[in-house]
Amino acid sequence: MDVQKHNGSLIMNTATMAYRNLLKTVHNPDRFMDVIVQPVMFMLMFGYLFGGAIAGGVQAYLPTIVPGILMQTMLSAASGSGPQIREDLDSGVFDRFKSLPMAHIAPLAGQLFADSLRLVIATITSLTTGYLMGWRPAVGFGWIIVIALLAIFTGWALSWLFALVGLLAKSASAVQSFSLIAMLVLSFMSNAFVPLHSLTKPLQVIAHLNPVTYVITAIRQILATGSWTHEAGLVLGVDVVIVLIFAPLAVWAYDRN
Amino acid sequence: MAAINAIEVSHLTKQFGKKTVVDDVSFKVRPGEVFGLLGPNGAGKTTTLRMMTTLLKADAGQVMIFGHDTVKEGRLARSMFGLTGQYASVDEDISARENLMIFARLNGLSRSDAKQRTTELLNEFSLVNSADKALKNFSGGMRRRLDLAVSLITRPTLIFLDEPTTGLDPRTRTQMWDTIRRLVKQGSTIILTTQYLDEADQLADHLAIIDHGKLVKMGTPAELKQQIGGSKLTFKVCQTAQITAAVQLLTPQVGQIQQTDSALSMRLNQVNQLNTILTMLNQAKIKITQLAVQEPSLDDVFMDLTVGKN
Repeated sequence: MDVQKHNGSLIMNTATMAYRNLLKTVHNPDRFMDVIVQPVMFMLMFGYLFGGAIAGGVQAYLPTIVPGILMQTMLSAASGSGPQIREDLDSGVFDRFKSLPMAHIAPLAGQLFADSLRLVIATITSLTTGYLMGWRPAVGFGWIIVIALLAIFTGWALSWLFALVGLLAKSASAVQSFSLIAMLVLSFMSNAFVPLHSLTKPLQVIAHLNPVTYVITAIRQILATGSWTHEAGLVLGVDVVIVLIFAPLAVWAYDRN
Repeated sequence: MAAINAIEVSHLTKQFGKKTVVDDVSFKVRPGEVFGLLGPNGAGKTTTLRMMTTLLKADAGQVMIFGHDTVKEGRLARSMFGLTGQYASVDEDISARENLMIFARLNGLSRSDAKQRTTELLNEFSLVNSADKALKNFSGGMRRRLDLAVSLITRPTLIFLDEPTTGLDPRTRTQMWDTIRRLVKQGSTIILTTQYLDEADQLADHLAIIDHGKLVKMGTPAELKQQIGGSKLTFKVCQTAQITAAVQLLTPQVGQIQQTDSALSMRLNQVNQLNTILTMLNQAKIKITQLAVQEPSLDDVFMDLTVGKN
């Protein structure tokens, strides 16, 4: 029988799928607009509007808000994976992927690897905007790379969660509204923009339960001390656990679709 | 040992909620033939096809592709067929060439093989001139051609086509038929679903008629037509006053007569009967016009066998 001699490996398949998603993005550059416009807009608005009220000045506020906006942008970039996957599923292309002799995780992994480019762009935009507004962290450039990578990895781990939501939801617009609400609640009910002690007791409890708070704390600690902290290790560990839980769940949901 | 069947479907069953959409369907497809699944909208054709192509899990029953169980040996079975779905399953945002390249790579072709195969298929399906344009600008026919090209990347011997010509204009449809015939000539086995009877008649070697999830009839188009009975005679009675007389005169000869306005139609057991009927009408001085004798068509089979209340 004249079928192909070998099946592509998982890594090759994933690379091809990632290439496909990158091509789609290159043909539609507007897919990057949200991760570029949003951090710039929020950084400027929050910095100049609330800087004086919260920290007594824009410069004093920047060490608080730069990690805050960085994480908010990660959340919003990660949440983009959900609707994207739903759209793909609805378009019929995934039927073909499924009927191909390749590993079932490849289409998902490919999507999420390509999405990590969004995370990288979002990170660079956030940090550059901060820098242009006068943010000058005391630690060396190496540590900036470390917090950037930590933020990107956290965003990537979260995109598996949003991918699962995308796979389980009925329509792309349902995923979109869920993602938006999740992004808003998680980023504002945390220490991203305001010091925790300024909150009322019930809000403090919520903020302490919010995982985003811990990521932001970890980033701020690294930037303040120039050393890898216990919190940072914890965040990294939790990220790995999230991937280990939600990647198999996403593949399960994909198979079931 | 007899040649292995391209497909063996046995007792395939699927329920959505309480509704049984595919009900104990069994059939075999021999290598090298075109097998048509025919049925009205919602009869269960696509569901059957989706189960055969591992896109949907069956509640009961088994599908074997060249002797391999699609559940136990899913990946191997998947490597043996190409699928063209009902809705074009290609990427809208990227070009035809990029689509072919990506699917070729996903099918395990090396980069250079993929490039070569892409060029071949673009030529074969006359897509060279639009190869690098975004699919958004493609016509329905071009999209279908690309879709079919994608499922032929690995030169599968077995090809599933789910309503390959639905929504195409007559010219594009004929082109699609030519392509399908060419594939058969090259030795492919083809399973297609369709709701177009002429398409089934033109292309299929064997047909299975599905209605309400049940396989109601199977056979060659000729066999199915034969079951309906003989040729159909239709004519118009010139004077409306004579219609009733004509019906009364001929009913003992031919059995049931269908009447639409002044037109009468009836089944002939033998073509010779025509002589007797014409003589009888002549003797009774009933003038007729627009006489026609038609061989039974698949339309008749279809109408006869399906309830069509989906």
